[in-house]
Amino acid sequence: MSKEESDGDKRLRMWQQITVISPYSRELGLRLHGVEPEWCVIKVLPDARLTGNPETGVVHGGVITALLDSCYGLAIFVRMGKLRPMATLDLRIDYLKAATPGREILGGAVCYKLGHELAFVRGCAYHDTPDDPIATSSAIFMFTEGPVLALDDALSALKENRP
Amino acid sequence: MNVNAIVTAARASRNWTPIVELVPYACFLGVRLDIKGDQFTACMPFEQKLIGNPALPALHGGATAGFLECAGMFYLLWHMESADLPKTINFTFEYLRSGRPEDVYANVFMVKQGQRVAHLRIEAWQSSPDKPIAVGHGNFMLKPAPAAAGNP
Repeated sequence: MSKEESDGDKRLRMWQQITVISPYSRELGLRLHGVEPEWCVIKVLPDARLTGNPETGVVHGGVITALLDSCYGLAIFVRMGKLRPMATLDLRIDYLKAATPGREILGGAVCYKLGHELAFVRGCAYHDTPDDPIATSSAIFMFTEGPVLALDDALSALKENRP
Repeated sequence: MNVNAIVTAARASRNWTPIVELVPYACFLGVRLDIKGDQFTACMPFEQKLIGNPALPALHGGATAGFLECAGMFYLLWHMESADLPKTINFTFEYLRSGRPEDVYANVFMVKQGQRVAHLRIEAWQSSPDKPIAVGHGNFMLKPAPAAAGNP
């Protein structure tokens, strides 16, 4: 039982490095929260710099878009178990309600169709449960030229590039 | 915070920084406004932190999206009399070209201005406005100032 837990922790730690592979994800302070092929979750912590309306203290919509965009990339990689270069082709987002100021926001996503050239994802942002979303969203990603890397290889390449 | 007073003062002084400062996340992205006559342009100067794909490198789609949403909101503040910041209802982003590690500009087009909702098209470009890197379509819930709503 305890071994299973440590395997889970290791998996989380490995994918966390992929979560913050982009400078913008690091700048937003994104943290991996859960990594299952059917639901990958990344969270963003409260940060005054990310406020959209200082009067209400509500986070800017753009932060939620960036959170979900990152989450989509992760969900596709997790479904493949590999890393492959890709680009966002289309992303839509509906803002259903304001986020509660001072609370962390979770972004969850699933890749529900993985093709040779395209990957289709959907997700939402929420505090407690995906059933009570702050925003709902879907997107299409297109794979681009470049090497396909196994997670282990990607992580060791990352290690070599960071002294 | 009196949004209308800040916008009125910015129009008079032609200093648009106080409008950007209404939105902390816009400051975080480094957004600047350049308004000449009726020509409205927003700019997001390049910074390393805006990178999404370090291998290419390319801008993060989320940073570009946030910039487009900010550009739309500032356009509405400049274009009309608002009592408060307009609220984004929904947004669709089409990514047409990879965002290079350079400054990004945004042009805003009012597709429809209704009583309560405005629909905007916002184009992000780098080398030329004819080659947009992304196009955003968004609906904003308007917060008209009482005088503009004919309801003093």
